[in-house]
Amino acid sequence: MSRFPSKRTTLLVIGGAYSRLRSSFIDLLPIIVVIAFFQIAVIREPLPNVADILFGTLLVVIGLSLFVQGLETGLFPVGDSLAGALARKGSVFWLLLFAFGLGFTTTFAEPSLIAVAAKSADIAAASQLIDSTQDSLGSYSFGLRLSVAFSVGLAIVIGVFRILKGYPIHYLIIGGYCCVMAITPFAPKEIIGIAYDAGGVTTSTVTVPLVTALGVGLATIIKGRNPLVDGFGLIAMASLLPMIFVMGYGIIIFH
Amino acid sequence: MNFISEFGSTLLFTLRDVAPIVIIILFFQLAVLRQQIPRLKSVLIGVVHVLLGLSLFLMGLEKALFPVGEAMAKQLSDPSFIVDLGVEYLSADWTEYGWIYLFAALIGFATTIAEPSLLAVAIKAGDVSAGTIDKSGLRIVVAIGVAFGISLGCFRIVTGTPLYLYILAGYLIVIVQTIFAPKKIIALAYDSGGVTTSTVTVPIVTALGLGLAKTVPGRDPAIDGFGLIAFASLFPIISVMAYAQFTEWRTLRLMKKSRSSMQQGE
Repeated sequence: MSRFPSKRTTLLVIGGAYSRLRSSFIDLLPIIVVIAFFQIAVIREPLPNVADILFGTLLVVIGLSLFVQGLETGLFPVGDSLAGALARKGSVFWLLLFAFGLGFTTTFAEPSLIAVAAKSADIAAASQLIDSTQDSLGSYSFGLRLSVAFSVGLAIVIGVFRILKGYPIHYLIIGGYCCVMAITPFAPKEIIGIAYDAGGVTTSTVTVPLVTALGVGLATIIKGRNPLVDGFGLIAMASLLPMIFVMGYGIIIFH
Repeated sequence: MNFISEFGSTLLFTLRDVAPIVIIILFFQLAVLRQQIPRLKSVLIGVVHVLLGLSLFLMGLEKALFPVGEAMAKQLSDPSFIVDLGVEYLSADWTEYGWIYLFAALIGFATTIAEPSLLAVAIKAGDVSAGTIDKSGLRIVVAIGVAFGISLGCFRIVTGTPLYLYILAGYLIVIVQTIFAPKKIIALAYDSGGVTTSTVTVPIVTALGLGLAKTVPGRDPAIDGFGLIAFASLFPIISVMAYAQFTEWRTLRLMKKSRSSMQQGE
């Protein structure tokens, strides 16, 4: 390859960027239509700061395009190659430790979880389940984050172990559903809503592609596993276990 | 200048979120696997793309979507707006909140289509299935599930019925569907529940839930305001499996039809 891109590759790059921008814009179009419809037909009030909103939308379009571009050249290959290298190393211990580390650390640092945990501490204090001192609020939300992060780490470990063994995913998930339903009657009612929501908010935008690539990569490499049937399901585990752990945390703290 | 400093702080924020992942990956590459990442340069360029893209994306959301979405969720669930629609007084009668259900469904659908995590899973599913799973088709089916889920979740907030009953019913549907759905789709369907609610959807939907719980008489934001995310993570599982069942049924019927018409032709 020459150091200087030829005219043709330059054109290709521009064409690729254009088509990515266009598809990102199409992804955002529904939001624009919904908001415009409700503003014009229902609320009938002019939008404040139209310039800001247009500029922000432009940023979202560019950002989404860059993200998708990086997904395919950065995150997916990293997940794939790690899955491959760990599988070839043949050590189940290191593989599971990696799975736990990935789940635990990314969840503990997840901003939406930090927000939900703080909100939940306020609610618990308002319901006089915990003291409303700064200390007890802090330790409550810290404990909540810790239990969610631990549960996500554990979920990914169980999920990876499942891929290794080839168990069908639905036994695990249906078993998990039964646990959720069995534990709900014993959980304090102030925490049920947060526990059920906690499942959905734990997996961030960077974690999902990595974890998906890890699962699919493992299922591709291990003989007898189908990437579609066995490779997916890690995210599902990571959304289910936090519900059980948050309710368990509520039971232990409030009783 | 303002833009640059804002972008800088968002980028730092993104870096902080990504730091634990980078540390874990580096530790395993260097200490456990003791090898270089293949095609390191292109991977690094890709990671830089992800960081820049995510930062711009988040900044744009903060500037455009979140203020508008949250303001609209508040306006639509505002008592004066509902009274303006011709309702004499605020009540917990669920029929009076029609615009809310419609808004919930539409905004749920629209934000899910823009959700980057779902896009990532859809790309991977398209790759792995060699194109039999259509990327945009999957996202649309998931978004329909979210739309229905959030709309039903708003209905639950208005009526004040217990969350676990809905979730229990949803779980039972999922279990029954799992028995009948094509085996290939099950894992992907379960996964599509968890990825629907992240960056774009959560803030707007949370604002909608808390606003609604504050407005409807007799509801406690602390207890009734949460749970929309749970709906949004459950119903895509049902819609994805339902769609897979539908396409399987249609293919079977088409095959039967063509077989019987071939027999008639003979």
